[in-house]
Amino acid sequence: MTVHDLLPILTALIPLPTFIAFALIILFFNKWKRVSHSIAIGAMLLAFLMAQVVFWSVIAPDGHELAEHPLHVQIPWLPSGAEALEMGVLIDPLGAFVLFFVSITCLCIFVYSVGYMSEGGKHYDPRYSRFFAYISLFATGMLGLTVADNLLMLFIFWEIMGLCSYLLIGFWWEKNYPDPKQVNPRQAGLKAFMTTRVGDVIMLLGIAYLYSATGTLSFRELLSAETLGILKEMPSYIPGLSAAALAGLLLFGGTVGKSAQFPLHVWLPDAMEGPTPVSAMIHAATMVSAGVYMAVRMFPLLQVGFDIHHGAQLTTPMIVMALIGTFSAFMAATIAVAQDDIKRVLAYSTISQLAYMVAALGIGAYVAAAFHLIAHAFFKALLFLGSGSIIVGSHHEQDMMKMGGLFKRMPVTAITFIVGGLSLSGFPLFFAGFWSKDEILAVAYHAGFNEGIVLAVVVYVFLALGALLTAFYTGRQICLTFLGQPRSDHAAHAHEVSWTVYVPLIALALFAVFFGYIGIPEVFPLLGGEHSNLFHHFVGATLGTETLHQLPHPEQLDLLPFVLSFLISPLGLLAGYLVYGRKPLQAGQPDPLVKALGPLYPVLKNKYYVDELYDAVFIQPAIKLAKWVYKWVDRWFIDGILHNVARGAFGLGHLNRRFDLAVINGGVDRMTDGIKWLAQNGRQVLQTGQVQHYLLQVLFFLCGFGVLYVWGDAILAFIQRLLGI
Amino acid sequence: MNFPLLSVITFTPALAAVVLLMLPKDRKDEARVIAAVASFFTMALCIWAYFSYDRAAGGFQFVEQVDWIPAIGTTYHVGVDGISLPLLLLNGVVAFTGVLISWGVDDRPNLFFAFLFLVVTGVFGVFVSLDLFYLFFAYELAVFPMYLLISMWGWKKTRNYAAMKLTLYLLIGSIVALVGILAFYFEAGLQTFDILALREAGVGGAFQKAWFLPVFLGFGVLAGVWPFHSWSPDGHVAAPSAGSMVHAGVLMKVGAYSALRVGVELFPEGAQFWLPYVILLTLVNVVYGSMIALAQEDFKYVIGFSSVSHMGLVSMGFATMSPIGLSGAALQMFSHGVMTALFFAVVGMVYDRAHTRHIPDLGGFAKIMPMAAVAFIIGGLVSMGMPGFSGFIAEVQIFLGLWQARNLAWWYPWVAVLASTGIIFTAAYVLRVVQRVFFGKLKPEYAGLPGISVLDKVALGILCTILVVVGIYPRIITGVIELGVTSTLALLGGG
Repeated sequence: MTVHDLLPILTALIPLPTFIAFALIILFFNKWKRVSHSIAIGAMLLAFLMAQVVFWSVIAPDGHELAEHPLHVQIPWLPSGAEALEMGVLIDPLGAFVLFFVSITCLCIFVYSVGYMSEGGKHYDPRYSRFFAYISLFATGMLGLTVADNLLMLFIFWEIMGLCSYLLIGFWWEKNYPDPKQVNPRQAGLKAFMTTRVGDVIMLLGIAYLYSATGTLSFRELLSAETLGILKEMPSYIPGLSAAALAGLLLFGGTVGKSAQFPLHVWLPDAMEGPTPVSAMIHAATMVSAGVYMAVRMFPLLQVGFDIHHGAQLTTPMIVMALIGTFSAFMAATIAVAQDDIKRVLAYSTISQLAYMVAALGIGAYVAAAFHLIAHAFFKALLFLGSGSIIVGSHHEQDMMKMGGLFKRMPVTAITFIVGGLSLSGFPLFFAGFWSKDEILAVAYHAGFNEGIVLAVVVYVFLALGALLTAFYTGRQICLTFLGQPRSDHAAHAHEVSWTVYVPLIALALFAVFFGYIGIPEVFPLLGGEHSNLFHHFVGATLGTETLHQLPHPEQLDLLPFVLSFLISPLGLLAGYLVYGRKPLQAGQPDPLVKALGPLYPVLKNKYYVDELYDAVFIQPAIKLAKWVYKWVDRWFIDGILHNVARGAFGLGHLNRRFDLAVINGGVDRMTDGIKWLAQNGRQVLQTGQVQHYLLQVLFFLCGFGVLYVWGDAILAFIQRLLGI
Repeated sequence: MNFPLLSVITFTPALAAVVLLMLPKDRKDEARVIAAVASFFTMALCIWAYFSYDRAAGGFQFVEQVDWIPAIGTTYHVGVDGISLPLLLLNGVVAFTGVLISWGVDDRPNLFFAFLFLVVTGVFGVFVSLDLFYLFFAYELAVFPMYLLISMWGWKKTRNYAAMKLTLYLLIGSIVALVGILAFYFEAGLQTFDILALREAGVGGAFQKAWFLPVFLGFGVLAGVWPFHSWSPDGHVAAPSAGSMVHAGVLMKVGAYSALRVGVELFPEGAQFWLPYVILLTLVNVVYGSMIALAQEDFKYVIGFSSVSHMGLVSMGFATMSPIGLSGAALQMFSHGVMTALFFAVVGMVYDRAHTRHIPDLGGFAKIMPMAAVAFIIGGLVSMGMPGFSGFIAEVQIFLGLWQARNLAWWYPWVAVLASTGIIFTAAYVLRVVQRVFFGKLKPEYAGLPGISVLDKVALGILCTILVVVGIYPRIITGVIELGVTSTLALLGGG
């Protein structure tokens, strides 16, 4: 047995340590806080090492070898009739990279959580151990999802993460706010769970549909050229859609929910009620990325029918993705501009950045989407952890309007946060975010202007505008937080928390800078070269050539997007600096944007009133309908029929009883009464006690017998004739 | 002759009931111990039966057959196959846990357990029966003592109404089914009530189409098929905890099981004709039940309506008539039985402490009874179809089955789409009660309330373990179910 044979088994074991940690903490170590975090981090470290061993064993300059012979092992799990659903693990180039970033970010966040949840060892959260149990279970979910080799298993881990997300958003469930309109953690958890549930159910329908159409859920079989060919030709229930398109759309429903895309984006900002490490891990780096990961994974299905060489017709799922992605990216970026809560800005930014990936997939930029997925995970986790460090350091202040001047007080946090911010805004050359975002924009431009896909033009324009807004709100955030003078006592007394908090920040900051260098386009001046785009060669190979019609990579540099991508980020940041940095706000001074945006500001501040709309259109009517149905259909109608039948039966019983009393009982009674009367009165008539009366009776009967004796036959014949016999 | 395992399982509770009835009424602890021992023994035998069933051989096993009333051709004929075996186990488990959580019943416990055991015997009788006459006999035995349980130990406010509604409704349903059974008996003309023989009778298609519905829906009343469900929430709410556990947990399965074993298996052509329409009723069940559960203010009514919704999935699985859908339905019967028993047990524990089930008056009970809260949440996760728990496996199978059965009628995929809203409603009502009852602020008047007893914990532990084990390793059940489903499908002319 060689090392290569052991790798699949090692892969299968990756989700296990954290699960054991979860069970151990929940069952035995709930009271021992330090033991709990040691177990959790130890398990995560083990998982991390296993994941890195797998990653570094499979990484190669060219991914085709691994794409054709991925690490793969499976066992039967659920027999159902003739077939059996199998569980297994699969590591192909895409999976390898996802495993790489998931294990790194999770480990960083585990370590960070020690400092955050104990406020640097000073004040342990009462449910500290449980927190580590939950995040361990969550890590199991994410790692399991990454290595899953089939849709059902992916869905299982997907749901486990959803559950953990719910538990962790509502982690501080006692918390209530004086303002009833402000969402408390309980409500936020519920909202997150229910909203993503809508997407999950749609996805489950897609899974069921795919299974019934193909008889398999394994990625390898499902995404083979043969199966895709069948799905392409198979009609669906909806005219004009192939089975592949319908299944793709349904699956994409899962992405919309999990990755918080419009119209199911509303849960993510409220999910910020959870502890910050949770926001970093679940709601920025891993779980929300899982939605995009699934779409990337299923991309061959989504693009069935898309052929760049023959007219470049986008498929229906791709069009939907491009539209939803573009819209979400732009919309969320505009909302982020008007948020004051440091974490909510990042939440909207997450929606927006995930939408870039969705839009990229929509125009066929498979590798660009995957690249941005990973780069984003690093810098967004970094930003969230940085914001958490700020929050704990400044005594649980989250309102940026009450911060300021933190650069001097929290230098490590500030520098790493700024690195994350520059990466997010795509600051040229030095940051991962530049390379990944640039790639999406370059492909969109190429598809739109060189290949003539009209939709891609729209995608390019709005994503570029979105990038400008991104740079602006990043600049705003950095200036409001770190520059100027503190605008509250909390901020004035801010300080670094502990090494467990800032070491992960530094680690992630390194990735937020250097990760980009494995994906430099070949055509990039000076830096680009034959082997500069390692990521593209490796991950791009996942799809193989037969099934994939991703857009060819631009073979020469387009000048306009190249120049623009250099300009957008600095311009946006500069705008942010001019508004907020040059003359830092004073305490109590309103946001200059309120005046500048005029009536638009409340709209942005209130997130386009989508929450209010959903409440009025879906939630309240659903509750009203449920109450109405219960009252009128169940109680009034169905039970009403029942009661009336019972009443009818009861009434019939009464009627019977009355008939019984009146006719049957009464008849018998009356008959006996009659006889009695007859007996009483008849006796007096017949038995008078006078001899002459008796003699008269004897004479009467004698006459009667005499008549019968003489005319008896004649009378009988007469009666017979009368009766017609 | 072999050891009559199924007879011993069936009649141990009945025997215990007789002993309990003879016990002086002040011997309360003795009554409890007898009940616990008898039900534990029964459960152990069920487990033994479950694991000694020969999976390689399949078919009906542990068969016993003795003449009963030869004049009409009825015999005491029992045996279990892959569909009834998990239900047998379910009944054993629910009976035992039901006894454990009823330890606190102080009003004539001997009578209480005796009546409970009569129900249990009746339920066992139905699950093992291979003779229509015996099946019907056991069915009535299972239904009637419930009247006494509800009207004597039930919730004072509604018990008379609910007991009457439940018993009459179920009896009427069973009479309708009985008429169908008799019609079948005479039509077949074999002078036998033996199910296996009648399956082969080859009764005409027109007859099957005419009589399928009365039989299926007659039994379906007990399975809570809409619109014949309305006895169930009222009955379950009014019943004492163990009564609700047994009733919702296993007795509703008696209805579903009989509808399958008698309705679908004896009238396959009728089933093929009618089930595509019946599925629309089950769709109403799923969506309607979960939606109404959301609107309830009474904790126990939420669970009552959740049963209506989940049992709808069972009948929906039947209506797919596909291997995977039927497997899902059979597993859903088992899973729902354990889950709902768990729910009613916890609801009872909350009510015993708070003396109210009005949801807005509750809150924070996780502080008083953390283990019960965890158990309820596990039940809730099963209910929501969360992976890692048995409900997920069942629901996925049913949904896969619905798509697979799309050739039966064009609306099957749409049924799947609409039924999926039920999943969303389910998540909503489960999370709502979890948050309102177990989390949030604990009212000061509840602060000093006692936690749950060791016996309660044992009961909840058993139920939770089953739900998790089946969720993680479904083959432990589906491997058996598969064997039964195959033969049912063979009757339906597929497989």
